[in-house]
Amino acid sequence: MKPEKRKGALTRRQFVAAGAAGSVAAIIGCKAAGNGNGEFLSAGQARTLGAICDQIVPADDFPSATQAGVLTYIDRQLVRPYRRFQNTYRDGLEMADANARKRFGGALADLTPPQQLQAVTELSQQAPEFFELVRSHTFQGYYGSPRHGGNRDAQSWRMLGLPEPPPLGRAQYDLGKGPQS
Amino acid sequence: MKRVNAVVVGAGAAGGIVAKELSVAGLSVILLERGKWYTAYDCRKDDLRNQRTTVLGNAFGPEDKGNPRVWVDAQGGLHTVLPSEGPYQNDAACVGGGTFSYGAQAWRYMPQDFKMRSTYGAPEGSSLEDWPISYDDLEPFYDKAEYEIGISGDYSGTPFKGPRKRPLPMPPLPAGKEFGILEPAARRLGLHPFHIPMARNSVPYNGRGPCMRCRWCCGFACEVDAKNGSQNTVIPIALNTGNCELRTECMVKEILTDDRGRAKGVSYFDERGHLQEQLADIVIVSGCATESARLLLNSKSKLFPNGLGNRYDQVGRNLQGHQYTGALGFFDFDTYDDVGPGADIAICDYNHGTPGLRGGGMLANEFIRLPIMSIDHLPSGTPTWGLGHKKAMRDWHRRTIVIIGPTQQIPSAEARVTLDPLVKDKWGLPVVRIQGNCHPHTYEIGDIQAERAQKWLLEAGAIDTRLLSQAQNAEKVSHGADANKGLPHKSHSELIPASQHQAGTCRMGNDPQGSVVNKFCQVHDVDNVFVIDSSVHVTNGGFNPALTIMAVAFYASNALVHNWKGTGFRS
Repeated sequence: MKPEKRKGALTRRQFVAAGAAGSVAAIIGCKAAGNGNGEFLSAGQARTLGAICDQIVPADDFPSATQAGVLTYIDRQLVRPYRRFQNTYRDGLEMADANARKRFGGALADLTPPQQLQAVTELSQQAPEFFELVRSHTFQGYYGSPRHGGNRDAQSWRMLGLPEPPPLGRAQYDLGKGPQS
Repeated sequence: MKRVNAVVVGAGAAGGIVAKELSVAGLSVILLERGKWYTAYDCRKDDLRNQRTTVLGNAFGPEDKGNPRVWVDAQGGLHTVLPSEGPYQNDAACVGGGTFSYGAQAWRYMPQDFKMRSTYGAPEGSSLEDWPISYDDLEPFYDKAEYEIGISGDYSGTPFKGPRKRPLPMPPLPAGKEFGILEPAARRLGLHPFHIPMARNSVPYNGRGPCMRCRWCCGFACEVDAKNGSQNTVIPIALNTGNCELRTECMVKEILTDDRGRAKGVSYFDERGHLQEQLADIVIVSGCATESARLLLNSKSKLFPNGLGNRYDQVGRNLQGHQYTGALGFFDFDTYDDVGPGADIAICDYNHGTPGLRGGGMLANEFIRLPIMSIDHLPSGTPTWGLGHKKAMRDWHRRTIVIIGPTQQIPSAEARVTLDPLVKDKWGLPVVRIQGNCHPHTYEIGDIQAERAQKWLLEAGAIDTRLLSQAQNAEKVSHGADANKGLPHKSHSELIPASQHQAGTCRMGNDPQGSVVNKFCQVHDVDNVFVIDSSVHVTNGGFNPALTIMAVAFYASNALVHNWKGTGFRS
């Protein structure tokens, strides 16, 4: 019974991973850089947003925000419940790039990693409301449920030591050897 | 449409019980619910869209589209808010209401909770009052609720409780890891820890199996239907009698009255948006505190120009809920066991009896937490983003215990629900406007409760703690839910904490000028309209209110059935 369950779960996991990878491919061409095929974000906006998200959750031994599908998550929500934030994103990303050009002479995504950290830190002070919005959406995409396009393959949950897929409750709670299915 | 004996508006904790009690007694009943009837299959385990973390919307209603409300901030600014946003003060809209997806703590209030004014005196500026009924009046109905809904737990460890005739019908679930850490610490502090009463099967009960202890609990539908709400207990019984018909996705527009000032039924929009009339001998309003008040206020007529039951401007006042305060404790070992429901240990030592404080509250450990809930629940000084934050998530998500509890609110007449003169919902009905806050003494109690929680955590071995209190809320503690609101609230104290625990808008009392319904939940002005839900709570206890809502519903239904003589009421 147990191996069978694991098999079923793996299939589901593969499905989620494939789904996430598929939509990521559609949106950003299998890279962290966008090609403009997203539902809302243009290629340039996706690149800038990706640079901000990857400062909020950078890569270490575990994936960064964009590597875990956060851009897919945010892009998808911006034409769904977060439609109301479209203008905030459009203006905020434009400002982030303009500031980066003024300060470091290049688009945010083209700066060196230390410059990006500096630029995002300054952004968080200059536009706290926009930054707070991106911060919370990034965390939602990174730590939330994989069903919304982020947290690809539930990598953040595994990072936190949460078994994924979770052991079914029935394994922890003996139902008195009910019907074996 | 066929005239019936009773139409019940709202199929939540109270409405389901009223429908069952009346239909079992032989009355014909129509139960109207604006939401849908979800099942265990709708659990979905969605971390971002449930009834607790609502960043992508409410899982069980109301939906964001077409259901706005207006919130008035402390400076008088008006904000149109969505149902998934905090200031909306939402409760679920579905069959079962909040009980479909709640955490299911099922507390009895204590005897003092019904006598707050005579126990403590009302502070200046508050509307603190005694209930017109006592704990003893409700005891048989608490008992009935515990057995008919199905409650597990064990009160034997606490001396702080009202008298009871028999123990709970089910034993508590086996204790989790946090219980093992917190229980000896509480005993060392001289406290009396015990198992939380829960409307959750710990053994097979009422034809359904026990809790399977998963990670998706409070705010979610129960995947194995082990959580007991009105939707899987009393409503099926009501429907089985053949006397009750449930109509879902039906939004009641107003209570209709005749020339003599008695109610003759309701008009409502059915699931296709068509306006219908349902005539009835009795109308029972069970829509939860905000929506029940709204329906009465929307029921204007020549005899009731300010709304039904609102002759003395009492409908909508004294809005209450619960402020949650407590503390986070960080440990140098794993406290997380991945076993739901998580919350399993409580103390009632601090509900009453602290000199200088008017009441207090129960303290318990928090429900099992998903990663998204930890992002702002890290030690003070942790970076809010970047590598430091990511590392802190790894360090602390499995090593945190939260002790928290609902603080007894000191009501204020200025915290109220009114109708917004401009904003309408998708049916064209004026929406709820929420303004004011509870009495400031509430926050003083809350801050002390937070320190008590902190002390318990330190005794249990926490190496670091963080208060979740009024002062700390200023630095923004959220479940990842508040950040995207775009609303200018710096501190939670600006917002009245009502939400799922909302209560008080149609106060129960003996004085028609200071209350809306009498002690049998009957509107003072109109003898065939009843308000039976948390709206009638005079005060809201230091506990989750669900079981009290249920007990009041059993109590009021019992009185209604006994006084009903076919076409009117015995005098």
